[in-house]
Amino acid sequence: MSLRPSREGWVDGLLEAARRDSRVVLIDADISRSVGSSRFRDEFPSRWVNVGISEQDMLAEAAGMALAGLVPFVESYAVFAAGRAWEHVRTSVCHMRLPVKIGGAHAGLSAGPDGATHQALEDIEIMRVLPGMTVLVPADAGQAEAAALSALETSGPCYVRFGRNPVPEIFPRGCRLGPGGADVMEEGGDVLIVSSGACLQACLDAHARRRREGIAAAVVNVWSIKPFPAELVRSLAAEAGCAIAVCDHQCAGGLFGALAEALVQGCPVPALPVCVNDSFGTSGEPEDLFALHGLGADSIVESAREAMKRAGRSH
Amino acid sequence: MQDSRSGCLDPAEMARRVRLDILEMIAAAGSGHPGGSFSAVEILVELFFNRMRIDPSDPERDDRDRFVLSKGHACPALYSVMARRGYFDPSELVTLRKTGSRLQGHPDRLRLPCLDSSSGSLGQGFGVAAGLARGLSMLGLDSRVYCLLGDGELQEGCVWEAAACAAHAGLSNLTAIVDCNGIQLDGRVEDIQSVEPLALRWQSFGWHAVPADGHSFRSLGSAFDEAESSGVPSVVLARTVKGRGVSFMENTCAWHGGCPGADQLAEARREILEGGR
Repeated sequence: MSLRPSREGWVDGLLEAARRDSRVVLIDADISRSVGSSRFRDEFPSRWVNVGISEQDMLAEAAGMALAGLVPFVESYAVFAAGRAWEHVRTSVCHMRLPVKIGGAHAGLSAGPDGATHQALEDIEIMRVLPGMTVLVPADAGQAEAAALSALETSGPCYVRFGRNPVPEIFPRGCRLGPGGADVMEEGGDVLIVSSGACLQACLDAHARRRREGIAAAVVNVWSIKPFPAELVRSLAAEAGCAIAVCDHQCAGGLFGALAEALVQGCPVPALPVCVNDSFGTSGEPEDLFALHGLGADSIVESAREAMKRAGRSH
Repeated sequence: MQDSRSGCLDPAEMARRVRLDILEMIAAAGSGHPGGSFSAVEILVELFFNRMRIDPSDPERDDRDRFVLSKGHACPALYSVMARRGYFDPSELVTLRKTGSRLQGHPDRLRLPCLDSSSGSLGQGFGVAAGLARGLSMLGLDSRVYCLLGDGELQEGCVWEAAACAAHAGLSNLTAIVDCNGIQLDGRVEDIQSVEPLALRWQSFGWHAVPADGHSFRSLGSAFDEAESSGVPSVVLARTVKGRGVSFMENTCAWHGGCPGADQLAEARREILEGGR
């Protein structure tokens, strides 16, 4: 399977969004070469702004540019776009329901060797709590491209989380995000594996391993954390009787939080997190860090087994 | 579009009217920020009646000038000036801060669409104003953006991020005004965290700084004339008196926020009515 960084798909999507809508502009905070959006600068030089290393100003200015009638896309590393500039996102963007589209790059453990300062493990939580904010977490480059275009079609603020390192290309280039916020990748009635973002391939690997053990795991890729595909997830969980949530993000408030909120409101089956457990990251290659934080296929299989046990479905 | 400079009435009389409005609004609300509202009155009257290219009968038109009240807590003054300018009925002013009111405790554009921006989290409004100026310029509009900040607000780091960006981008359509009343919630600005040397700070960031007497229409008018012909982002440093117009509220942090009691209200009314004559 070929590998490609999701950030490349994001930039493909940015370019297509700008071609489709003349109101689209891009604001960078000195990471355009890192994300790869210098391609945008080359094609649309008059619609590209670099505000330097000042993420708070980037978000406030984006709000002002939206008030002027533009549709600003902004991007920085997720830890800064969502974290450092959070109150600007909250008060200047979300409170006025402005169409500012935020790209959170190098999210999760994909920032790898850069270490804890640059690994956003809290961004999903702090973005999804904001009223009116849409939160998209594409699984690969194809979905990242589609997410950028989906952000353009969203009327209000939107946050798109994507990683740095190459990940398996699961969805084709030029794909669109389907309706409903999620893709059912595999069906199965024994355990539901819910994935968001870069962990999808590990979930599919775990599914294959469990199938060899005679266990049918459903795998759903949730690309929209907000709005959350609660009905779909509840119906899959009801059939499976238990669920696990897999995401390189803190347990608290991220995919696991969204899943738990959905389940307790209509399908209270046992659910376990396969997420980062209340700790900061460290330097290392992303694949090593995924294993270190228990996010590999082995851990997913183990957690699926434990969830089934709690549901009284042990194999 | 109607030019604000035409059809001007007696600005001193308008300032007195606005101060009375502010007093009655805060009294009816039971809370608010009288000190920083009173210090900003002449600045706002000058902008909305004598300076900005605006049309209250068509508040959303593209080529209007924009105004952002970055020191959003002074919104009683802004609401009064906009009502007296014709944006909405002044009878609405006494709903300030009440449940269901369009006149929120800090400006809310979704509820009151004639506002050019919501504001109130100090420092953010200035960045929004810079983005507005940049965006209008990118769209080829010749509108000017005015943004009123407090001097205490300049302690926010994001103000200087925006100042640097605006200067680097050469946003000559952006005019900041600093309401230099010298007092913030906890005390005197110079005691808590000095923002001096003020003009030098702005100049070193690439801005054209113009001093003004913030209670003199003549001084403000010539300062804006100079600022807007500078060809770079410009700031009017308007020296003001916190609580201006009510002697017991002047130059004290005690009236940064608060509501006068019945006796104080009567005294304040009397002083405002007598003060401007």
